[in-house]
Amino acid sequence: MNIPETLRYARTHEWVSEPEGGVVTVGVSDFAQDQLGDVVFVELPSVGQTVAAEDAVAVVESVKTASDIYAPVSGTITEVNDALEQAPEAINEAPYQAGWLFRIEATDSAEREGLLDAAAYRAACEEES
Amino acid sequence: MNTTPLTEAHEALGARMTDFAGTRMPLQYPTGIAQEHIAVREAVGVFDVSHMAELRISGAGALELLRFALLNDAAKLRVGRAHYTMIPNDSGGLIDDAYLYHLREHDWLVVANAANRGAVAERLSSLASGRDAVEVRDVSDLWSLLAVQGPGAAVLLDRLIDADLTAVRKNDTLSAGFAASPVRLARTGYTGEDGFELFVRPADVVEVWNAVTAAGAVPCGLGARDSLRLEAGFPLFGHELGPASDPRCTPFGWVVKDKAFAGREAYGEASCARRLVGLRLLGRGIARQGYRVLKNGAHVGDVTSGTISPLTRDSIAFAWLDAELAEPGSEVAVEIRAQQVSATLVEPPFFRPDARVS
Repeated sequence: MNIPETLRYARTHEWVSEPEGGVVTVGVSDFAQDQLGDVVFVELPSVGQTVAAEDAVAVVESVKTASDIYAPVSGTITEVNDALEQAPEAINEAPYQAGWLFRIEATDSAEREGLLDAAAYRAACEEES
Repeated sequence: MNTTPLTEAHEALGARMTDFAGTRMPLQYPTGIAQEHIAVREAVGVFDVSHMAELRISGAGALELLRFALLNDAAKLRVGRAHYTMIPNDSGGLIDDAYLYHLREHDWLVVANAANRGAVAERLSSLASGRDAVEVRDVSDLWSLLAVQGPGAAVLLDRLIDADLTAVRKNDTLSAGFAASPVRLARTGYTGEDGFELFVRPADVVEVWNAVTAAGAVPCGLGARDSLRLEAGFPLFGHELGPASDPRCTPFGWVVKDKAFAGREAYGEASCARRLVGLRLLGRGIARQGYRVLKNGAHVGDVTSGTISPLTRDSIAFAWLDAELAEPGSEVAVEIRAQQVSATLVEPPFFRPDARVS
């Protein structure tokens, strides 16, 4: 199970990158994409949308099920990964690279620190499986 | 929970396992459902379906019992042939759908859904009691079952089986040898592709599975089994068909033959307030069991199964729909998580060979 050390993780399986100019990138973890199975559709938030941590802001739909994706931190959506419209399978194939979902200009940098680090997330996944 | 002799093999392959009707079965392998589905459509896949129920009906009175208990006409099924059938209940609906195999004179096999094993055994036994010269036995534990499916299935099995497969037509069944093991073979399946089902002794099935996979068949789980059968337009009991379903209101009404059958009084004249139809969604989304079908805001139907075809990327579904709307080409909407997605009625099967994207 691939769990990069540089990222932070929500219990709901979203990953958050290190901030670059106050903007973080968000996606779903390797564990999450494996649980979901083949992704067929993604509903992304709108650029400019204000989100609060733990709001359901996106939906990832696989053949098996549709899963809500929750904003791991509060802020404004600055970018969404439009390439997922044509190639939703990027979420399965490269969940931490080409499969990114959206970017948030975070309002409170402390929120990211409150998320799980790689070791804690790994432990949480082991509990779940 | 029950296991099959292949449970360890599935786990060794990294399958994600699930509890299916009380048996631990592979849902998918690391390959994934979409690739497994594609392997069956383009090459050859192999499924462990040992969880299915098998009932052996034997004796000179077996034919009469089967003609009465099942909707399709067993009298039309010669030795060495098999056909799709259904088991009616006494309230105008169904106990299960099934496949009937005429193994040899006075010797028949009914293969039914694992979840309905008890109900089917009970029904056949109860209709048999008081009848002469017929015996009903639940032989589910005596058989393991593999399905080898896809355009490459015949070539693959021809090298491993001692029968001349070019002489075996669709729906034929026969005994044959698979290396050292006796098998019963049938050119039947649930995927819509050419393929074979192999009834194997449980003691032999690991070896048969290993030989078939070593020869190139891709292991496929229940997830792919479901997307394949749906794309091929086949019903799944518990979704399209159930205890209250009149098969005459579905595309499978051809199974109901004009003869006496147990429960016929409750069937009466065919009168379909709703019909089972196929849908192809025109917008984004997957229709799932229980989603409502709407027309001008009114609730006119319910989805029973839905998926995305990995090859065409079509979003397809079955639904029971108010009969007056059930015309091919008719447009309705499927309610998917508060959005209404347009859909058009299509006649199953859902293949569109001209629309393959890969």
